[in-house]
Amino acid sequence: MANLVYFSSTSENTHRFVRKLGIDAQRIPLRPADGFLRVEEPYVLMVPTYGGGNEGGAVPRQVVKFLNDEHNRSLIRGVIAAGNTNFGEAYCIAGGIVSSKCHVPYLYGFELLGTTEDVLRVREGLDQFWQRQSQIPA
Amino acid sequence: MSPTGKLKLVSRVQAINWNRIEDDKDLEVWDRLVGNFWLPEKVPVSNDIQSWATLTPAEKELTTRVFTGLTLLDTIQGTVGAVSLIPDAITPHEEAVYTNIAFMESVHAKSYSSIFSTLNTTSEIDEAFRWSEENVNLQRKAEIVLKYYHGDSPLKRKVASTLLESFLFYSGFYLPMYWSSRAKLTNTADLIRLIIRDEAVHGYYIGYKYQKGLEKLTQAERDDMKAYTFELLFELYENEVQYTADLYDGVGLTEDVKKFLRYNANKALMNLGYEALFPKDETDVNPAILSALSPNADENHDFFSGSGSSYVIGKAVNTEDEDWNF
Repeated sequence: MANLVYFSSTSENTHRFVRKLGIDAQRIPLRPADGFLRVEEPYVLMVPTYGGGNEGGAVPRQVVKFLNDEHNRSLIRGVIAAGNTNFGEAYCIAGGIVSSKCHVPYLYGFELLGTTEDVLRVREGLDQFWQRQSQIPA
Repeated sequence: MSPTGKLKLVSRVQAINWNRIEDDKDLEVWDRLVGNFWLPEKVPVSNDIQSWATLTPAEKELTTRVFTGLTLLDTIQGTVGAVSLIPDAITPHEEAVYTNIAFMESVHAKSYSSIFSTLNTTSEIDEAFRWSEENVNLQRKAEIVLKYYHGDSPLKRKVASTLLESFLFYSGFYLPMYWSSRAKLTNTADLIRLIIRDEAVHGYYIGYKYQKGLEKLTQAERDDMKAYTFELLFELYENEVQYTADLYDGVGLTEDVKKFLRYNANKALMNLGYEALFPKDETDVNPAILSALSPNADENHDFFSGSGSSYVIGKAVNTEDEDWNF
């Protein structure tokens, strides 16, 4: 079951984190020409925060487009964000934005490529999260 | 300048066409940098005058020295570092981004002078600049980086530049975060936070271009570059530890600063696409410093660690409603 959906720009930072997790994941396409991702199962979204001040655009536009699709949005269960503490209050703010827009918990935040500890926490955490989810009656 | 004394310039220029972008990252970063633009005049540093008066003479001296050290690094990056990357650029838009970075580094360097003119006497400023010219470890840090900027390897230049942007500044950035955590010099800290934000984008972008360059190399060449990167990081780290001791031994903060150095060294490596080097127990930055840097960083963003019964939803943030349909 591919229950992780993620976006990664050409920097591949988030992609590398997902690879280290070693679990099935679906990637939101980078360009419109690459097609549109439509998911069929509940998922956790992993999203990098585009750093900056008050300019908006913290959530990559491809991710906004993906979530603007009602079907995709109905299946999101949680969000994990990447960021950089250098951005101060905007650190991992994409996690908070998606969480409040979609009413799902903001599960975890990590910096850049993530550390070994981050990878372990997220791998274990997702495992437990889905076990708990499966106990909740639909 | 190159060893021959002639300034190295791009040999051929084509009119830049922003309607034909070869690498989306160039436009994305350009937009981000422009969106983040600021000038020191916008920050009311003069509100820190009263707070400055509460510092001891030793604390004032330390603070002024730290800022002269940062001024030197920003000057290098503005007048040599970012400029030296231009001839190596792969796209015309990449060249344009470097000119933006170079200009902002000059803004950073100038902003320290605006702090000095607000808080210091002329003799204090002169003493601190004299100290910065005589401090062996600060000068050595500048020499090591300048050597690569003048060298003939585009990729090594990018490594040196990323390490400067993402690692070498932080022995200095520590102090305004420390003062801020004690409710001192808070306006100065606001200004430094703007610099810190800029350096993150610079380090990210130059590190990204480094990785793009690596893609064109053979595996053996990539291995060489990785070994070189870690060697240079160690050389700079050893020097940085001594520089930190020169500055902070007197106030007993050296060990705390070193954690911050290692934490940022890890982030510099990540910007270059490498794994973090220093383990968690050597990078456990003082929570007060981390919180001064990013108020959200020490909040519990580890929902996984909770009991699972509490359903925490992120606090309301301004969502960009023009982008969202729901």
